[in-house]
Amino acid sequence: MYVGKSVTRTDAYDKVTGRTRYTDDLCDRGAYTARVLHASIAHGRVVSIDISEAEKIPGVVRIFTCFDVKEKHYFPTAGHPWSTDPEHQDVADRLVLTEEVRFYGDDIAAVVAEDEVSAAQALRAIKTEYEEYSFVLDVQEAVKEGAPQIHKDYPGNILKHTTIRKGNYEEAVKEPGLVRVEGWYETPAVQHCHIENFICYAQMEGERITVTASTQIPHIVRRVVGQALGIDWGRVRVIKPYIGGGFGNKQDVLYEPLCAWLSMKLGGHLVKLNVSREETFVCNRVRHAIRSHIISWVRPDGTYAARKLEAYSDQGAYASHGHSIAAKGAGAFPQLYPCENIEVDAYTVFTNKPVGGAMRGYGIPQAMWAAECHTDEVAARMGMDPVAFRRKNLMPKGYKDPFSKNELYYDSFNQCLDKAMEAIGYERKYKEYQNQTGMIRKGIGVSVFWYNTAVWPISLETSSCRMVLNQDGSVQVQLGETEIGQGADTAFAQMTADALGVLLKDVHVVSCQDTDVTPFGTGAYASRQTYTAGCAIRQTASLLKERILTYARDLTRMPVYNLDIKEGNIVRITDGRILMTLGELSSEALYSMTNSQHLTAESTAQIKSNAYSFGCTIAEVEVDIPMCRVKLLDIVNAHDAGTLINPALAEAQVHGGMSMGIGFGLSERLLFDEKTGRTLNGSLLDYKLSTFMDHPRLKAVFVENPEPTGAFGTKALGEPPVCSVAPAIRNAVYQATGAAVNEAPLNPHNLFLKFSEEGLLPD
Amino acid sequence: MSRQYKLVSCTINGKQAEKMVDVRASLTDMLRDDFRLTSVKKGCEVGECGACNVIIDGECFNSCIYLAIWADGKEILTLEGLAGPDGELSDIQQAFIDETAVQCGFCTPGFIMSAAALLNAGREFTDDEIRRQMSGHLCRCTGYENIFRAVKKTMLRRLGKEKEAEEV
Repeated sequence: MYVGKSVTRTDAYDKVTGRTRYTDDLCDRGAYTARVLHASIAHGRVVSIDISEAEKIPGVVRIFTCFDVKEKHYFPTAGHPWSTDPEHQDVADRLVLTEEVRFYGDDIAAVVAEDEVSAAQALRAIKTEYEEYSFVLDVQEAVKEGAPQIHKDYPGNILKHTTIRKGNYEEAVKEPGLVRVEGWYETPAVQHCHIENFICYAQMEGERITVTASTQIPHIVRRVVGQALGIDWGRVRVIKPYIGGGFGNKQDVLYEPLCAWLSMKLGGHLVKLNVSREETFVCNRVRHAIRSHIISWVRPDGTYAARKLEAYSDQGAYASHGHSIAAKGAGAFPQLYPCENIEVDAYTVFTNKPVGGAMRGYGIPQAMWAAECHTDEVAARMGMDPVAFRRKNLMPKGYKDPFSKNELYYDSFNQCLDKAMEAIGYERKYKEYQNQTGMIRKGIGVSVFWYNTAVWPISLETSSCRMVLNQDGSVQVQLGETEIGQGADTAFAQMTADALGVLLKDVHVVSCQDTDVTPFGTGAYASRQTYTAGCAIRQTASLLKERILTYARDLTRMPVYNLDIKEGNIVRITDGRILMTLGELSSEALYSMTNSQHLTAESTAQIKSNAYSFGCTIAEVEVDIPMCRVKLLDIVNAHDAGTLINPALAEAQVHGGMSMGIGFGLSERLLFDEKTGRTLNGSLLDYKLSTFMDHPRLKAVFVENPEPTGAFGTKALGEPPVCSVAPAIRNAVYQATGAAVNEAPLNPHNLFLKFSEEGLLPD
Repeated sequence: MSRQYKLVSCTINGKQAEKMVDVRASLTDMLRDDFRLTSVKKGCEVGECGACNVIIDGECFNSCIYLAIWADGKEILTLEGLAGPDGELSDIQQAFIDETAVQCGFCTPGFIMSAAALLNAGREFTDDEIRRQMSGHLCRCTGYENIFRAVKKTMLRRLGKEKEAEEV
């Protein structure tokens, strides 16, 4: 058995020797280079674009402007499964190039040149004239009457407003003796910062267009390119090679439609569109900044009587994943600490800023920031220990969600808290750090989270798998679910080997997705792949096994019920005797002069279940109050992600999420110029991504409660590790200083404001 | 503007090489485009991320902000040149595999080259020194934890400290 073992990644050798080919490595050198001209105003209309000087630059092939987009095929970009119900379709508000400018960086023209230098020179030589409108950068300003309107169909700039109502909040708050705790909590826009920027190239073959792209969602890209070009989806072929990280940014359709459009305009010539790091920060996607307002009414015994949440999510200029992020975050609120009387309102609001999209955690890191900062304040007001308060109120074992039918089958939260507390020595440190004085203080803080695996029942969950038996008894496996660095291919190989009964070395997972040949699957998002692909693998392996054993029946003269496949052999169950190897059977099957068969199987698993994934973070900090600096001394994440398919890869996945959470808590945020709407720190130098020097050793511990609804007992682990890190750091600073810093990140700028307000700074 | 070219002659991964290059080209572009050494990655092209690092005369550099023409007369080592002639891995490459220090793999070549340069110093570095030496690289997948383990363990093993390596 391979599930549960830390086998080596299938792609490890290639990746440490430089053999792995990413998009740019595969593109033919004869490709034209495309570069995008971005708007230099935040809101307005392009009146004219003068390309006369730019066109004269040697090496320039053609320049296309927004005025060349004659057929207006508006398209959505979110990496969601398509819905045949128009009510559930994503908002189609993008064009490959736009006359209407909605943020500083919008795409208004494109240069195609023979080389990058000519393209860059041409961009600088283009002269653009705009009609400028007033713009708005803040969600609260954007919803006010008289605010600039960004999209005509969305009055008040509200993309969507959803509510959750349970019990009767207004009545419940009248209960005598309740303590009211209220707070505002805010997280900034941050960027994914995968090290490979987005890149794609496109060319035509016959009447069809092939796009090779650094994407997490090849089958979705195929559909959207078809929509954007107004062509049949079958004429689009999308190829996804190895990619250098995605984290949700590449769960959006980015420049694939524009690149395909340019190629088609140039007779199908090969065109490459390679996005710069600076463009990645501004013109791809960012994590939605969310401002949350929570009011809790608490009984003297430390239980909740009523709670209210309002969340305002900053969508930026275009709908992209839209309200799904705010809705997911807000939807987590009533379940984390179940309470009889709940009011939740979530708003997603357009502003003239870079576009909010999917990013690791999909609204949950923002929601946990608000909920878990608030939890520590409530515990403090009630004079309770923050862990004891959580244990009293957290989602209990046996909790069932009426909508998703999810169930908490184990005492996961308490088990995770126990493991994390032990790993970091919480009890002792918490006591030691109480009531400190002085300018350098230590603190320790806790945060929990829960996260849904996959997207059922909000959206479709489907995974298709193909298995093909080779002459030697080895098997090729194809899935629409993508390897984006997390180690998915390795987990798929382990699951296949176990489900089919073959050796791991005989499982060849085809890493590259090609929509012409790869079975349909929606891709890497929602921490869904191991769970959903696991179902398709289990089902397809059993189909293939049945076909193999049926063929073996004729060769061995044994009934199928007496046969099995073990370690790549056809075994007689009754006495354990190896009757033949799978390779012998497969060769016979392919080359038989009487009964030739190519033994393959393909099937679709539609998954109509979902699974809660749980965990917590505990962080220990040292705060230098006069310097307004936080040093992270120690940190641990504990997760119940069900059965771990590959513990070493799981641990590595948690490290990466913790790192992203540390950045979210301590240093990362995008800044925008109030006067122009321009992004101020869109480079890796100015945007403070965590480096090697910003981390202590990272600890990951696991509780492995097998998930009953899954094929291999596993559930979400891709996104969960980022969800609880930032509020744990904040709560550690809260213990150390008593300052409730409710705006992330806890960088010196924000700490200075808070410490000043609290009178902590020396005169 | 007319283009200017210049002959660069250097050693790349142990082999003598000569190429006419655009005087404006970076070493990254020369290695990737002219020699198809695609382990040299582009993550920022302005010396911020370290994905393009290669070893030049024993020292690690961001090849994206190193002009190709400066490579004239130099000895250049890319990740492709680190494994043995039959594909046998160097200790640091093997450590990256064993410690699960590889995820998407895009930053990996640069990290391994910096680690190789550090290890070639042949002395023991403190944890803080290792972190500082490696901090010119950005990685979004690993949180640097397993990369740290791989580098430190390899360093200790080269110094004959097998027991200490096990405890990292």
